[in-house]
Amino acid sequence: MNAFALRQPKELFESQKLALWYFAVAVLLFGVQIIFGLLMAYQYIDPEFLYGKLSFMTNRTLHVNAMIVWLLVGLMGGVYWFLPLETGREVVGIKLAKFIWWVIVAGVGVVVLVYAFVQVGPGNAYTLWFINEGREYVEAPRWADFAIVAWVAIFLFNVIATTLAARRITGLLGVLIFDLVALGALYTAGMHYTVNVTMDQYLWWWVVHLWVEATWEVLVGVVMGWSLMYLLGTPRKLIETWLFLEVALVFGTGILGLGHHYFWIGTPEYWIGLGGFFSALEPLPLVAMVVHAVYDSGAHRLHTVNRPALFWAIAQAFGNFIGAGVWGFMQTLPQINMYSHGTQLAAAHGHFSFFGAYVGTVLTLVYIAVQNARKRVVVPLDSRLWPWAYGFLIFSIIGVVASFTISGFAQTMIERAELGSTWNAYITSYTHPWYTNTHWWRFWMGMLFLGAYVALVWDLLTIGRKPAAAVEAAHD
Amino acid sequence: MDYSWIQISVAAVFLSVVITLVLSRGYGWLSPTFWRNAAVVSSMIMLFILMWLTFDTTEKIRPGAGRVPTWTVINHQIGLKWDGEKRRQVPVVGEQTGFFGKVYSPDEAFALINKGKMTLQGRNCMECHQILGNGAYYAPDLTRAWLDPWWEERIMPALGVASREEAMKTWLQHPDKYPQGRRRMPNLHFSDEEAVALVAFLKWMSAIDTNGFPPRFGVAQ
Repeated sequence: MNAFALRQPKELFESQKLALWYFAVAVLLFGVQIIFGLLMAYQYIDPEFLYGKLSFMTNRTLHVNAMIVWLLVGLMGGVYWFLPLETGREVVGIKLAKFIWWVIVAGVGVVVLVYAFVQVGPGNAYTLWFINEGREYVEAPRWADFAIVAWVAIFLFNVIATTLAARRITGLLGVLIFDLVALGALYTAGMHYTVNVTMDQYLWWWVVHLWVEATWEVLVGVVMGWSLMYLLGTPRKLIETWLFLEVALVFGTGILGLGHHYFWIGTPEYWIGLGGFFSALEPLPLVAMVVHAVYDSGAHRLHTVNRPALFWAIAQAFGNFIGAGVWGFMQTLPQINMYSHGTQLAAAHGHFSFFGAYVGTVLTLVYIAVQNARKRVVVPLDSRLWPWAYGFLIFSIIGVVASFTISGFAQTMIERAELGSTWNAYITSYTHPWYTNTHWWRFWMGMLFLGAYVALVWDLLTIGRKPAAAVEAAHD
Repeated sequence: MDYSWIQISVAAVFLSVVITLVLSRGYGWLSPTFWRNAAVVSSMIMLFILMWLTFDTTEKIRPGAGRVPTWTVINHQIGLKWDGEKRRQVPVVGEQTGFFGKVYSPDEAFALINKGKMTLQGRNCMECHQILGNGAYYAPDLTRAWLDPWWEERIMPALGVASREEAMKTWLQHPDKYPQGRRRMPNLHFSDEEAVALVAFLKWMSAIDTNGFPPRFGVAQ
């Protein structure tokens, strides 16, 4: 076994203790996301289920917002976990970080209650400020937007001030700061109201696309870099070279790849060519990540200090490539996207890519934290339960994605290609057996996903309690 | 803009590669310095092009600049026609017909569409429908909602109203009573003012040039 490339002292840093709170809330919100997803899956089967009380729109709002918050919280938790290890000192401004964290937790609680119970409001500015902004993914009312900006600003201050205090900037820290500045700035692009719906969506995508297809991917690159140094003892030089390559490819293709959202919203025709060209290149960095993951774990023959974390890291590399890369490429060229855009195929891509790119990353981080949070640090971390949670989460998300893909093909074919995209065409497509047959399948795969989530939570609470020798013996 | 997408793409990639190579003289392609330069250079070049195109796009999507209609389009008949050269449908604006029996001035039309947009956001329409193709996937795309033949074929006879705008307004206020298909829209309790404003917004949106999306709208049966 290689020595840890990032040494974990016996006592946790304060920022690592804060990171544990981040991870706890992240995993809890993961559960919230699954519950509301299941309610929607059942509403596909029986549209009258909870009709008018907890309608599809409310469940979907909670489903996608819980997802964004838990993944972002998980990634930020990863930074709070590794930052003191990288800089060799406590995070500067940790009190402020703790304060804003509890403000954010309270704020998220209020927003969730308002989404669930108030749901909608009259068509005026009051609603946009205090109830719901009504723009998918960034529904957060405006007051919450300001809280989020304050949160990211304090987070950025923590990172920059700690780096300055340590008087040592590494490639990883440089990329992190560069990326967080962009991430914070881009969020403000979504904090405005405009009547012109084309302009509205133009800037809306700066948050939605440039977060998940650019700045989040780079943030993942940074925390996965630290994770691999920890898990496999990969040399820093190798990690940083790969990270720079990732950034060159992610920003080099992803910034103008934004154009694939500008095909049909009223923006000029040159976006069709630009968006098609650059987004077709967007899978390149994801291929590079797969190469890196396979090479690195193969070179170490899967010997690691933490087996579940390493396996989630490998799942992340493949999941990101297949979910974001392949399922995205499948429908990104305008010639295809004209027919598939806004169908169930988009949902297939959404589920696969968020799971692959971000769920895998956050669970890698959570397992690393869990290993070190106990009084006795067990090396290598292993249990009998984690492979079940791991296997069934992956299997059932593939099942969900497959059902969306098939109903998406049916919808694309029937509604768009054959019947001309009208209301009637839409109804004909969603009542077609090729589409409705996938409903039950999706629901039961979702139930299996919930079961696997329960196993995951149980494993996170119990793994590492037994001494390593006992686990090893159990494996023999 | 005088440049095609191919020229922009080639220039972006070419500049990124050349500037990276010039800055990285003396470093092998496997060194971290080489890739650090590549990361910074490609990010900056792409960001610069995005900013430049954003100014150009912002000019072109102003209401009345050609792609997005003026607010007063709600006073006119609108439709889609096949453009043989572009090989896609384009919106056409016809004669003035009024809207709910009235001709709106530019300011009045703006105020009405603004109210409609706020109502659209306040009632969270995007979490079931799609607006310009974006949103959730549980209810029909609203990009061309005003032009949907279903209003005349089904809704107007069912409600016994004489005009399309009346049909849309009345149906939107009582979608639970007139279900279409298996999925029922919940009653979101639009006031009269909100319902009229929402119909105005949907009519205005139906006249945006979306490069032919959604495809073959209303052509096939």
